[in-house]
Amino acid sequence: MFPKILENANRAASMPVLNSTRRGFILGALATAAGLAVGFRVTGTALAQDAAQPHPFQPYILIAPDNSVTIYSSQFEMGQGAYFGIATLVNEELDAEWSSISVEGGFGNVAAFGNLAWGGAAQGTGGSTSMTSSWERYRKAGAAMRMMLVEAAAKEWSVPAAEVTAKAGRLTHASGKSASYGEMAEAAAKIAPPADVPLKPREAWTQIGNAGLKRYDSKMKTNGTAPFTIDVKLPNMATAVMIHPPKFGATVASFDGSKAKAVKGVVDVVQISRGIAIVAENMWAAIKGRELVTVTWNEEKAEQRSSAEILAAYEAQAKAAPIAVARNDGDAAAALGSAAKVIEATFTFPYLAHAALEPLNAVAQMKDGVVEIWAGHQMPDLYQFIASQIAGVTPDKVKLNVMRTGGGFGRRAVFDADVVAESVEVAKAIGWSRPVKVQWTRDNDMKGGRYRPAYVHAMKAGLDKDGNITAWQNHIVGQSIATGTIFEGMIVRNGIDFTSVEGAANLPYAIANLNVGLSTMQAGVPVLWWRAVGSTHTAYAVEAFLDEVAEAAGKDPVALRLELLKDHPRHVAALKLAAEKAGWDNAPAQGRFRGVAVAESFSTVVAQVVEVSIPSPGEIKVEKVVCAVDCGTVINPDQVKAQMEGGIGFGLSSILAEEITLDGGEVQQANYDSYTPLRIEQMPVVEVHIVPSEAAPTGAGEPGVPPLGPALANSVFQATGKRVRVLPFAKGLSV
Amino acid sequence: MITLNINGVDRQVDAEADMPLLWAIRDVIGLTGTKFGCGLAQCGACTVHMDGQPIRSCQTLLGDVGTAKITTIEGVQGKVAETVQAVWAELDVPQCGYCQSGQIMSAVALLNDNKTPGDTDIDAAMSGNLCRCATYARIRSAIHEAARRLEA
Ligand code: FES
Ligand code: FES
Repeated sequence: MFPKILENANRAASMPVLNSTRRGFILGALATAAGLAVGFRVTGTALAQDAAQPHPFQPYILIAPDNSVTIYSSQFEMGQGAYFGIATLVNEELDAEWSSISVEGGFGNVAAFGNLAWGGAAQGTGGSTSMTSSWERYRKAGAAMRMMLVEAAAKEWSVPAAEVTAKAGRLTHASGKSASYGEMAEAAAKIAPPADVPLKPREAWTQIGNAGLKRYDSKMKTNGTAPFTIDVKLPNMATAVMIHPPKFGATVASFDGSKAKAVKGVVDVVQISRGIAIVAENMWAAIKGRELVTVTWNEEKAEQRSSAEILAAYEAQAKAAPIAVARNDGDAAAALGSAAKVIEATFTFPYLAHAALEPLNAVAQMKDGVVEIWAGHQMPDLYQFIASQIAGVTPDKVKLNVMRTGGGFGRRAVFDADVVAESVEVAKAIGWSRPVKVQWTRDNDMKGGRYRPAYVHAMKAGLDKDGNITAWQNHIVGQSIATGTIFEGMIVRNGIDFTSVEGAANLPYAIANLNVGLSTMQAGVPVLWWRAVGSTHTAYAVEAFLDEVAEAAGKDPVALRLELLKDHPRHVAALKLAAEKAGWDNAPAQGRFRGVAVAESFSTVVAQVVEVSIPSPGEIKVEKVVCAVDCGTVINPDQVKAQMEGGIGFGLSSILAEEITLDGGEVQQANYDSYTPLRIEQMPVVEVHIVPSEAAPTGAGEPGVPPLGPALANSVFQATGKRVRVLPFAKGLSV
Repeated sequence: MITLNINGVDRQVDAEADMPLLWAIRDVIGLTGTKFGCGLAQCGACTVHMDGQPIRSCQTLLGDVGTAKITTIEGVQGKVAETVQAVWAELDVPQCGYCQSGQIMSAVALLNDNKTPGDTDIDAAMSGNLCRCATYARIRSAIHEAARRLEA
């Protein structure tokens, strides 16, 4: 089954333009155990509904007789508000009462839940695509449901459907007849689904674009009731903590768990493919037991280098010719040869951890031949398949409960289903005797790999005698995220991992002679997408270097960009808006210094102006960030703002002080004392401005991150005269 | 058996004295609003009140609690707590929400102590509470807004 998914995914990769309207629209009604309810699905192919399946057929929306509306989300909620966005789309058309709406993670129905931005071939969340994928699908589901409810009411009341009003969860007719959506659900389930589902015109929207609409899930996140995987409690459930190899690629040679087993509450100590699990009655017993387990490792195949050695190899390669060419316009080498002035700089980026606040976890059990798993299933089809392989059952015997997670930032979308696989392996290792929660401790999480890859960028630009840029060379050196994984076919083309060069190879600036090269390096450190992926380093290298070029050319950084962006109106609009709101044309206040950057990621354009002060020599205070964003049609304006704020804080955090280092192959950071995310006193004032747009929505979760680093670097140059080319600043300010 | 006064009720907790209060609250008593983030007093996700003061329950041993009164997010109440929680939801502070029980416990303790906190008071009181989603700007606004409402 999974190879089929991959085959589809690979085919989808060559279909860059998605066309969701091409897909068929099939609706169905179903009876659920909770009573009769109406369900809908929109699919490309008719799927047989099989109620006997362990994961019951999941529609997009269920209205129960008690009037509760449950929306099944194809997109995973890790904090960015995907559930709220989808609920907004549904409710724009459905018009139910907000208080009756809840959202749950859907799974197990690729035809219904496949990500349309990825061609619909697999369900998954990433690349800030949740709203793009959901835009038509969930509005149509809401609209179809309303049409069926109206139709049912018309039939029941023997009135024309056109005379029935559906509003705020109620159906009414001028005659005084009235029913709640829930009361009409059973009758609506018998209505033939409409073939044609018209959507409201933009002018009629009341929910989409409504800045006053509040997230439906904020309350449960302020009183401790929002459920996360860590909170899952099943009868007789055990809790396990892990011992992973201290070096990536090492395996267990032997272990002794006898002392641990003597600890009160420890149930078992078992070996699984990824290490040793200490299984206990509760978390504390497991942690105590872990202290007493001794393991010898086979490190023959392990990565033994330090991160400094890895980066030194990258820096050496950066001086050589690139292995592959990602973009080549004109003749950059020749243009550099004849340039009046050549500017050069090398930028170095460290490994970064996602370090989400909820350490990775998953709960697994086997019951009546069905494996059930509670976790942050960011790629459900894949995890279902991997779990089925481990458990030795068919995928349809694996039921997933898609939990909200305490952050994610990319870390829950993993090729090998890591903690999910561990939970199934541990449950199997104890003979499926009880449900098991594998809960990573912070050090498991911090040392667990899957980092933003380290990179080196070697940059060169040539200026003519009038200060015009005639040449641009960017050699990117680092590990590929997708090579060697099941995503290779989708993401890697002609030796170019798209995620290594995005943001650099699609440079928007009009430069006639342009060369972007890539040298993909081998390292035994597992890497992964990390909020904004390639643009986390490419935007920094491009935008900080462009600031150096502007200085060499004696040009204003905003003016130079505008001059080079003539064919990119969205960039121009965002940049102008940020510059205007930041008062770019007027000098900053005494003691304040500004820098600017603009970057497109995931089809969203964000420009930021950062303002810093220097409270004491060597100290940098980020005072303010003015941000302008074009993410197409805005569904939840306040959530776009929240994502820009969050992206800016997350980006700033990494730029200032985050770094994973290895010594002799071992990760040196274990907790938040050595890997130090941003704290409240470091958070600047953030001002977000939205560029008006009627284009289809693009993403907001990631694009706030990329411009922050270079805009900050450029402001710090203004303040100190120092170009920070080694990240993070904690290191780069002093080299 | 250790007696623990939690959210106004004496509970018999079947656990050893060296168990951190966090795990007694979560795994033994079964209140899961208090979260685990680091186990090292670095993130504040586990913040609860001990006789009204914010503490990191991951670094407080069950055996050291004695007769002190423990309050968790499930039991926090009164005008300050209600105002803080209401403002938090109104300003849509939470993103993933995982840190927010701890943030709210710290914010309530701050406002119980200081009716008109300035930005530096907020920094000092909230610095121990990490938010990886970086909701800090809204946390600051929410504390100021709650203070305004409580003054009124
Ligand atoms: S879990 Fe206690 S401070 Fe992090
Ligand atoms: S809201 Fe996600 S960690 Fe704070």
